[in-house]
Amino acid sequence: MFHYTVRRLLYAIPTLLLISLILFLLLDLAPGDPTAQLPLTIPPDVKERIRASLGLGEPIHIRYLLWLQQFFVNESLHLISELTGWDISGDRQRVISWQTRSPVVDIVIQRLPQTLWVVGLSYVVGIAIALPIGIISAYRQYSWFDQVGTFVSMVGFSVPTFFTGVLLIVIFSVHLGWLPSIYDTTHVVTDWNSFLFQIRQLLMPVFVLALFNAAQISRFMRASMLDNLNLDYVRTARSKGLAERAVILVHVLRNSMIPVVTVIALGVPSVFGGAIITEQIFKVNGLGQLLIIAIEASDIPMVQTLSFIFAILIVLFNLIADVIYGILDPRIRYD
Amino acid sequence: MTDIEAFSAPPRSHWNDVWHQFRTHKGALAGSIFFALVLLGVSLGPLIWTIDPQFIDIRARNSGVSLAHPLGTDQLGRDTLARIMAGGRTSVAVGLTAMLLSLLLGTAVGVVAGFFRRMDGPLMRATDLFLALPLLPLLLVIILLFRDALRAAFGPETGIFILIVFVIGITSWMQAARIVRADVLALKEREFVLAARSIGTPSWRLITRHILPNVLSPIMVSATLGIATAIITESALSFLGLGFPSDFPTWGRLLFDSTDYLQQYPERVIWPGLAISLTVLSVNYIGDGLRDALDPRIRAK
Repeated sequence: MFHYTVRRLLYAIPTLLLISLILFLLLDLAPGDPTAQLPLTIPPDVKERIRASLGLGEPIHIRYLLWLQQFFVNESLHLISELTGWDISGDRQRVISWQTRSPVVDIVIQRLPQTLWVVGLSYVVGIAIALPIGIISAYRQYSWFDQVGTFVSMVGFSVPTFFTGVLLIVIFSVHLGWLPSIYDTTHVVTDWNSFLFQIRQLLMPVFVLALFNAAQISRFMRASMLDNLNLDYVRTARSKGLAERAVILVHVLRNSMIPVVTVIALGVPSVFGGAIITEQIFKVNGLGQLLIIAIEASDIPMVQTLSFIFAILIVLFNLIADVIYGILDPRIRYD
Repeated sequence: MTDIEAFSAPPRSHWNDVWHQFRTHKGALAGSIFFALVLLGVSLGPLIWTIDPQFIDIRARNSGVSLAHPLGTDQLGRDTLARIMAGGRTSVAVGLTAMLLSLLLGTAVGVVAGFFRRMDGPLMRATDLFLALPLLPLLLVIILLFRDALRAAFGPETGIFILIVFVIGITSWMQAARIVRADVLALKEREFVLAARSIGTPSWRLITRHILPNVLSPIMVSATLGIATAIITESALSFLGLGFPSDFPTWGRLLFDSTDYLQQYPERVIWPGLAISLTVLSVNYIGDGLRDALDPRIRAK
C-alpha cells in the first residue's frame, strides 16, 4: 500500500506540471494587456520597464519556468516563513495580481475561509442527510419512503443550484423576509445574537449546495446498500441470530460504505467548482467570486493560480480516493 | 400447446423488448412526453405565438399576467412567453449539439483506445488528464479568450453558439470514452468478434459492424444524460454572465437578467428556472428509464 501511495504521488507530479503548462499556454493567448490602462503620459521606456517588472516581454518558456519557480519555490518558502516566523523567503519575487499588485496567494488565503465555511459545511450537511436516506431507502426498497427519496434526489440532482438559490431568496428573503439574501463576510461572532445571525445567513447557501450533494450521494448509498443486502454474508449474519440492527448498521453498512467513501472524496473538488455559482448568487466573497472577478478583469496571474489550485484539489482528492479505496478494501490493493 | 404458440408468435426484436421495458417506467414515460412537448413548443411555438421576442413595447413594460402577455413582460416590455420559447430553442439546440459532439469524441476515443492496444495507453492518459482539469474555470477562461475572435468571424450569435457548443463538447466526453472503452475491451475477446476476424474482416468493418452496435446501449444512456448536463452547463455559463448576450436569450440568460429585478418582480425568475429544471428532470428520467430498459438483467425480471 505504501509503495502504491508513493507511486501515485510521483505520478501526480507530471500530471500537475502538464496541467499547469496547458493553463499557462491557454492564458498566454489572452487578449488583455495589463499596461493598456496606464496613462499615455508615461514615457515609452518607463512603460517598457513596467512591463518587464510584470514579467512580460520574455519568451514564453522563460515566463513559464519563472512562474513555476514563483509558485512552487517562492510561494511555499514564503508560506513556511509566514507560519514559522523564520526568514527563509528573503525578497524572492512572488506571484503578483495585476488587479491589486499584491501577492495572489495572500488574497487567496484571505478568501479561503469564506469558501471553506460555506462549501465545507454544505458538504458535511449533505453527507449527513444523504447517508441515512440512502440506507433507509435501500432497506425498504420500493416503499413510499424509497419512492419519495428517489423523486426528491432526482429533483435535487436536476434542478440547478442557480435556480434553487434564487428560488430560496424569493421565498425566504423577498416574501417572508426571514433570512438575509447576501452573505456578510465581515460579520464577527461575538455573542449569542451575532451567532444566530451567522447561522441565519449560512442557512440558504449551505442548504442549496447540501441539497445538490445529498441528491447524488444518497443515490450511491442506496445502490451500494442494495448490492450488499442480498449477499451470503448477510444471510449468515442473520441466521446466527444477530439483531437486525447489527446486521444492517455493522455488517452491511461497513461494506457498502467502501464505494461511497470514494465517491465522497471524488466529489470534493467538483463541490468547490459548484461553489463558484453559489457564491455568485449569495454574494459570498470566496474563491469562486475571486475567480469570476479575475476573469472579467483579465488578471492572468490570479486566474492561472486559482485554476491551478482547483487542479491541485482534483488531483489530490483523486489520489486520496484511490488510497482510501485500497485501505478499506483489501481485495483491490494494488501492489 | 403453449410451446407451439410460443414458437409461432411473431419474433420479438430487441428494440421491441426495450420499448416494452421502457413503457413500464412511469417517470421515463412522463419524461419523454414532457421533453417531446418542450421540443414541439420551442420549435413550433413561435409559429403560433407570433410576438417577436425582441419587440420592445416600452408602454407595456413590467406588466403582470394578462391575456396579451400570458407570462407578463420584462423591463423593456418584451413578451416573456416569446422570450422563453426563443430561449428554449437556443438552450435545447446547445444541449443537443454539444451532446452530439461530446458523444462523437467520447465514442471515437473509447473505441480506438479499447480496440487498438497501442493507442490505449496514450488515449487513456489523455482522458485522465482531461478529467483532472478544473472544468468550470477552464470553460470561463476559454469563453473569455475566444469570444471576440469568434464573434468577429461568424457574427455575434453564431459565433458564441459555436464557441459554447465546442467548449461544452470538448470538456464532457471523458465519461463516455471510459464506458465505451471498457465495453469494447470486453467485446473484443468474444467469440463472434474472433469469428469475424478469422474470416478476414478488416478492423474498420469489425468496429462498425460488430463492436459499435453492441456498445450502443451505454452510448444512448450517456447521450441522454449528456443533454441534461449540457443544458445545465450552458445555463450556468449564461448565469455567470459569460454565455450568450442579453439580446439573444437563453433560459440561463433570462434567469440571470431576472435576478436584477428579484426584489420588485420575484415571479419573473420562476419561468426560465422552471423551464430549465423541468427539462433537465425529464431528460434525466428518460436516461434512467433507458438504462433500465437497455439492461438485459433488469429486463429479464
